[in-house]
Amino acid sequence: MSKNSPEKADPSSEAKKTISLPISRVRLIMKSSPDVSSINQDALFLTTKATELFVQHLALSSFNNGCGKETNSLSYSDLAKTAEESETFHFLTDILPKKILARDYLKSLEQMQEEDADF
Amino acid sequence: MWPGQCSSGLPYLSTECRVTLHNVGVEDELPDGVNVSKEARRAISQAASVFVLYATSCANNFALKAKRKTLNAGDVMAAMEEMEFERFLEPLRAALEVYKKGQKGKKEVSEQKRKEKKRADGEHEKNKEDEEGEDEEEQRMEEEPEEGEEEVEN
Repeated sequence: MSKNSPEKADPSSEAKKTISLPISRVRLIMKSSPDVSSINQDALFLTTKATELFVQHLALSSFNNGCGKETNSLSYSDLAKTAEESETFHFLTDILPKKILARDYLKSLEQMQEEDADF
Repeated sequence: MWPGQCSSGLPYLSTECRVTLHNVGVEDELPDGVNVSKEARRAISQAASVFVLYATSCANNFALKAKRKTLNAGDVMAAMEEMEFERFLEPLRAALEVYKKGQKGKKEVSEQKRKEKKRADGEHEKNKEDEEGEDEEEQRMEEEPEEGEEEVEN
């Protein structure tokens, strides 16, 4: 499952094997951030490694916290649940919204409109 | 907004950036045989992208505070603490050690190659090599800060 960056046969490939995320992609994302001019190579490595740790932390927390434990699976709702319930992962709530049924959404929309009408 | 609010608002997220990190390493921590749904995978990779942006923005604030234009390792570590991911600090430090050693080895290997190339090219200029030995040292020192900002080739 690991996607290693293409390596030449040299000693540094040992160090690179410690991460499985593609550094070039991470760099791309970092550069897209406004106000960032340049990135030190060590910083790039650390960010990549940190992201890897984060992914594992998120997956494990969601798994332990979620309903998938019985069925030995990790589903989207496990992740959404963790994002909402855990302070650490709270910054993810925008991209991991809990899913609701369309009819429930429409119902709450109606309620909101009724409340507005009262003003 | 976020715990330990340090970044300036929501991270800029282009649609392209959202799904750029493929899901790798997810199963390493999970017990064997856990099924991860496709949707969950995609969500995790998006979460990873957001994490990178958030961390970068946070680290950049530290760099700017120190009036630096280049993000360095210390900034990233500070960002982790700010984001309340102290649990990452130790493993990150350890990984950085290994990485730096590898980089050092790489540099020595390329220095070695360069020396050998010189030797091969400048057989007739053998005398000059002694003088250039000193220059090489200086070159190496100068290169260090530059290499720090170089693009990492993949």
